[in-house]
Amino acid sequence: MPQVFFENERCKGCELCVTVCPKKIIALSAGEINSFGFHPAVLTDGTKCTGCGFCFLVCPDLAVTVVREEGGNGESTDEGE
Amino acid sequence: MAVSTKRTQGLADKHFHYCPGCTHGIIHRLVAEAIEELGVLEKTVGVCPVGCAVFAYDYFNCDMIEAAHGRAPAVATGVKRVLPESVVFTYQGDGDLAAIGTAETVHAAARGERITTIFVNNAVYGMTGGQMAPTTLLGQKTTTTPFGRQSSVAGYPLKVSEMVATIDGAAYVTRVAVNSPKNILRAKKAILKAFNVQLKGLGFSLVEVLSTCPTNWGLSPPEALRWVKEKMIPVYPLGDFKVPEDEV
Ligand SMILES: Cc1ncc(C[n+]2csc(CCOP(=O)(O)OP(=O)(O)O)c2C)c(N)n1
Ligand code: SF4
Ligand code: SF4
Ligand code: SF4
Repeated sequence: MPQVFFENERCKGCELCVTVCPKKIIALSAGEINSFGFHPAVLTDGTKCTGCGFCFLVCPDLAVTVVREEGGNGESTDEGE
Repeated sequence: MAVSTKRTQGLADKHFHYCPGCTHGIIHRLVAEAIEELGVLEKTVGVCPVGCAVFAYDYFNCDMIEAAHGRAPAVATGVKRVLPESVVFTYQGDGDLAAIGTAETVHAAARGERITTIFVNNAVYGMTGGQMAPTTLLGQKTTTTPFGRQSSVAGYPLKVSEMVATIDGAAYVTRVAVNSPKNILRAKKAILKAFNVQLKGLGFSLVEVLSTCPTNWGLSPPEALRWVKEKMIPVYPLGDFKVPEDEV
């Protein structure tokens, strides 16, 4: 199963990853706050992640890492428009 | 085997100072990845603008120079001519490139300088607080066009890629956007191609990247991505305006 990691201290809570995730499984953490005062992004349901990497592509602050098995689907049915 | 999205070696391990959701960060990453993938990190020299990207010299993991406002192509020309084996790029906003630096841009292209210009068009002067830029859309509200840009007073948006493409010394001119995963991948390809054009010595290359300024547009970062799609792209269509005959 693909895994997605957020580096909380890099995250500025901009929600671009939230917007582009085709599975709608990213949200800003309501309870957590980083040392810059931002609510960092978190996964709400990692089991639905396809490993498409859209969150990584759109993050302006290099806060996202996506790990998936080689040959695993890693594709999205979404066009990423 | 597990594959992972990797942080590019082309960027230093620093936090960007950009506003949340500002797509300058995406463009930095794409440029850095391209330089790393081409294996030219050790011989690349970047030239920074005046504008929000003024600190880009802290972020790129190659030699960087800070130019006076708009003069990056002139500085890049000097570097490339003294060190012809180096890979030289400028990174400039629309205030920097399309206002105060128009002459430098046009003449670097006219001389066919073998440099690559990354032109970040966010339709506004970001750093100084959101004044109108030459690229501001008609009707767009900025601090200096509070009722929206009117052509009768402030003229028309300057289409830099279309203009530069008319210059013989320009080998590759293209416009991309970073408003969606698909467009980000296309932008990466264009940046790689621009550096390849330089490596082949074919002439001046320019990649115009439609970027966001959520802070000065008064929009949330996701709304700003939509604004690029709905408002900017119709005025600044994406695509190639000039490609080398010897396709790379
Ligand atoms: C000679 C000179 N004139 C004017 C300025 C003020 N100034 C600083 S940045 C800027 C424009 C920046 O806009 P842009 O190039 O679009 O970059 P952005 O900040 O939007 O990324 C201006 C006019 C200056 N620093 N130096
Ligand atoms: S990899 Fe794709 S599906 Fe998984 S969290 Fe990121 S955007 Fe969503
Ligand atoms: S795109 Fe990056 S900075 Fe923005 S909320 Fe997502 S992880 Fe955080
Ligand atoms: S002012 Fe605009 S261009 Fe500058 S960092 Fe903020 S969002 Fe980006």
